[in-house]
Amino acid sequence: MHCAVLQFPGSNCDNDALVALRSFQGITAKLVWHQETSLNGFDAIILPGGFSYGDYLRCGAIARFSPIMKALRQAADEGKLILGICNGFQILCEAGFLPGTLIRNRKLLFRCESVILRVEENETPFTNKCTPGQLLRLRIAHGEGCYTADEKTLKELEEYHQILFRYCDNQGELTTAANPNGSMENIAGICNRQRNIVGLMPHPERACEALLGGTDGRFVFESMLSSFAGKEN
Amino acid sequence: MHHPSISADLISEHGLTPDEYQKILSILGREPSLEELGVFSVMWSEHCSYKNSRPELRKFPTTGEKVLVKAGEENAGVIDVGDGWAVCFKIESHNHPSAIEPFQGAATGVGGIIRDIFTMGARPAFLLDSLRFGTIEGDSVQARTNRRLLAGVTAGISHYGNCIGVPTIGGEIYFDASYNGNPLVNVFCLGTLRHEQIARGAAKGVGNPVFYVGAETGRDGLAGAAFASRELTEESKADRPAVQVGDPFREKLLLEACLELLASGCVAGIQDMGAAGLTCSTCETASRGGTGVEIDLDLVPKRATDLTPYEILLSESQERMLVIVNEGQEAPVKKIFEKWELPYALIGRVTNDGMMRVRTGKETVVEIPARALADDAPLYSREAAPWTAPAPLDLTSLPCADVQSTLLLLLAHPSIASKHWVWRQYDYMVQNSTVVPPGSDAAVFYLREADKFLAATSDCNAIYCSLDPKEGAKAAVAEAARNLACSGANSIGLTDNLNFGNPHKPESFYQLRAAVEGISEGCRAFDIPVTGGNVSLYNESQHSSIDPTPTVAVVGLIDDRAHITTSYFKEAGDVIFLLGNLGNELGGSHYLLVSQGRKEGLPPRIDFEHEKKINTQLLTLIRSGLVRSAHDCSEGGLAVTLAESCFKKSKEAPLLGASITLGKTGLRPDVALFNETSGRIVFSTSAAKADEVEKLLRDSGAPFYRLGVVTEAPELSIEVDGIKYEWNTPTLHHTWSRALPNMMQVG
Repeated sequence: MHCAVLQFPGSNCDNDALVALRSFQGITAKLVWHQETSLNGFDAIILPGGFSYGDYLRCGAIARFSPIMKALRQAADEGKLILGICNGFQILCEAGFLPGTLIRNRKLLFRCESVILRVEENETPFTNKCTPGQLLRLRIAHGEGCYTADEKTLKELEEYHQILFRYCDNQGELTTAANPNGSMENIAGICNRQRNIVGLMPHPERACEALLGGTDGRFVFESMLSSFAGKEN
Repeated sequence: MHHPSISADLISEHGLTPDEYQKILSILGREPSLEELGVFSVMWSEHCSYKNSRPELRKFPTTGEKVLVKAGEENAGVIDVGDGWAVCFKIESHNHPSAIEPFQGAATGVGGIIRDIFTMGARPAFLLDSLRFGTIEGDSVQARTNRRLLAGVTAGISHYGNCIGVPTIGGEIYFDASYNGNPLVNVFCLGTLRHEQIARGAAKGVGNPVFYVGAETGRDGLAGAAFASRELTEESKADRPAVQVGDPFREKLLLEACLELLASGCVAGIQDMGAAGLTCSTCETASRGGTGVEIDLDLVPKRATDLTPYEILLSESQERMLVIVNEGQEAPVKKIFEKWELPYALIGRVTNDGMMRVRTGKETVVEIPARALADDAPLYSREAAPWTAPAPLDLTSLPCADVQSTLLLLLAHPSIASKHWVWRQYDYMVQNSTVVPPGSDAAVFYLREADKFLAATSDCNAIYCSLDPKEGAKAAVAEAARNLACSGANSIGLTDNLNFGNPHKPESFYQLRAAVEGISEGCRAFDIPVTGGNVSLYNESQHSSIDPTPTVAVVGLIDDRAHITTSYFKEAGDVIFLLGNLGNELGGSHYLLVSQGRKEGLPPRIDFEHEKKINTQLLTLIRSGLVRSAHDCSEGGLAVTLAESCFKKSKEAPLLGASITLGKTGLRPDVALFNETSGRIVFSTSAAKADEVEKLLRDSGAPFYRLGVVTEAPELSIEVDGIKYEWNTPTLHHTWSRALPNMMQVG
């Protein structure tokens, strides 16, 4: 599986994603500058964390006008796997690839810490290696990760099983205390209706190495790999 | 060149003395222009010239076989870490701007130190912050102001560091009334590079083009260096224009562009525009290169209209660099600037006449010999007041506080309490290399490309320094080295941030001198070179000087990932040892502060031979795989160290307890539990290895105590001379972890 890691001028988790991806057998990865116009030859595209264009206005609001976004739209239409992490999730929402929006954390402070996610759906290319209800320990680092959508969108997300991850406590309960940013319905990550585009606020690439305190992020990349291998056959 | 009449008032407004003005006249051989007066004023400020501190700073040991770039040679020192890799690091203060405008003051402090590091050709790897604030408890106006400063500084660091993607992985924060109105914000940055990538800030090659790149020049930060070299007063708020505004996104672009430029081989010299902006960078590059530099201000990119030449020269707008390019290689350089969408302009050339020459179009406004400006700054040996040692503490006049409740009071003191509220606002994990995050004795960072593990800590107990500046400075170095040993690291280099009051006050100047001597003594004892640092004087608020705060940040190297050690107990049944003595010094202790509100007595004496022995013993045990946790004894003494060791690493881990017997100490219980004698480490080992550890320690001759065991029951019990004190660890943990958030929630 050949992955593109999109590099916006203010991306700062681009290298982290690259290093994490390359730790999987069967994955190759390359940085792609935001002014490129083609994503041909890539099987999956990662939008990494960071502050795409400084994001002083609204996270991801300028990135949606990047030259690469047209190619991303095409890749999405071709059914390629697209994963937006943190700022990448914000960009996917701003650019209309995913519904809803991410606003300032409820307490208005940046938060960097470990969270527990409950896997809500495992019939997606990003979670097929997980069991439903499985708990993943990942890290967040964001100031604007409060997932917000109107009632209709929330209903549709439920109806089409698009909510993949929710913040929970260590018993898997969806408590307010376990919700680090005030996201509606404790939502941490969602997919599109076609299930080839996922955005999540926590960083799976920061949990791929025991040295750094956890490997639960590997489930996400292994799922992508397995889904890709399935398609290849 | 127009020569307005330079009046005595104008000279004094520029912070120059009549003698200094005479020196200017003799260097120029004529009266200076207004612009030239401004240039001399900032270049000869304490902030840029170290005119009051330089003779003292020469006392630091700065050499060592691993030192690749020495202190003072360039923007930051460089130390070899093996296999062709090196680290470049420095600490710098942004105290005055943060007092006036905490968010931008702290943010641009982060930006400034990061620029110093990538100017050296190093990729910034991580940050530490050493912060000091006034007291934050209670409802007074002062406390509210201090809370606002803490919140603002934290948010500013978070804003800049998180956005640029350099993790803030450690540091320390203390609170004391002496910092009311004058907080300290000292930011440390470390970068990594290959030996051959070391870049120089020299204007080499006559005829080479000089490029300006980065943010456009505005009026922000006008003459900030001069502002930082004055005392803060009620009127300082009017100095808000002297505080710069940071743009971390611009700096991220500048960082990537500069590293790409340096890798391209097209660059002959590079210098960031920090304090004293365009003035300092032109004059320093020329001075270092033994050349001259000529620039035209009309060509400088600007963001404000009608800037005068004086304003352009003295502006401290952030995120700007001066790049000297090899003649003929302009095209690839411009391509890189354009890729990163950075404003740039060719503003001048390197010349051979040794002059810093500034024109506006055809008119020359500044013409000063560069070397004289940079190197011939006035030097002052200030008067140091003779120092009298404080009276040792008289224990008989000191009532023994209730031990049981005092431990809780200590854990709730904001200087000791958990700083999680602060550091969870920092992205301490970006770059995916933080092995030990904030909260342990030292942070540990993985240099992935080099496959090496670094540890870093910053330390300074200013109460000790206020009572005995030399002993306090020695204690800072000793604690830093001990923190690194507790993490499994050998110290390899030190950078210092000397925060003091007005050097014209003889007692302040004595403190500076004594602290430098104390740090030097420590560095010689541990064989740690000083690789550079920063001096911040004039830290005075309405009432008095700050406590002298010679902060040291020390970097260590860990030989093997198996040696990485954290401060928390790991498992019930593990055996707990104290390496070092039980101690008995209460002078300058937090116990005295918390229970009696007193800052008195003689602070702990430092015996470097003992310190070295303890550190070496601990490292030997760590390298033999015999240590599961190690935590140094500092503020609050043994009881606080034991309590903190019981606290869990993650919110999911269970809280452990400890059952401790000190036996017959012959000490008062408050002395036994809360004394702050230096050179002590609490460590744990598995039950199976405990006897082996005990034998090794006995054979080594190092003083030690086998204290007890880690328990599954979440209770801390300590028996002293037959009396047993017990605490419930969840209560201790709650007190310690909630103290700061609770204080910050109050209006």
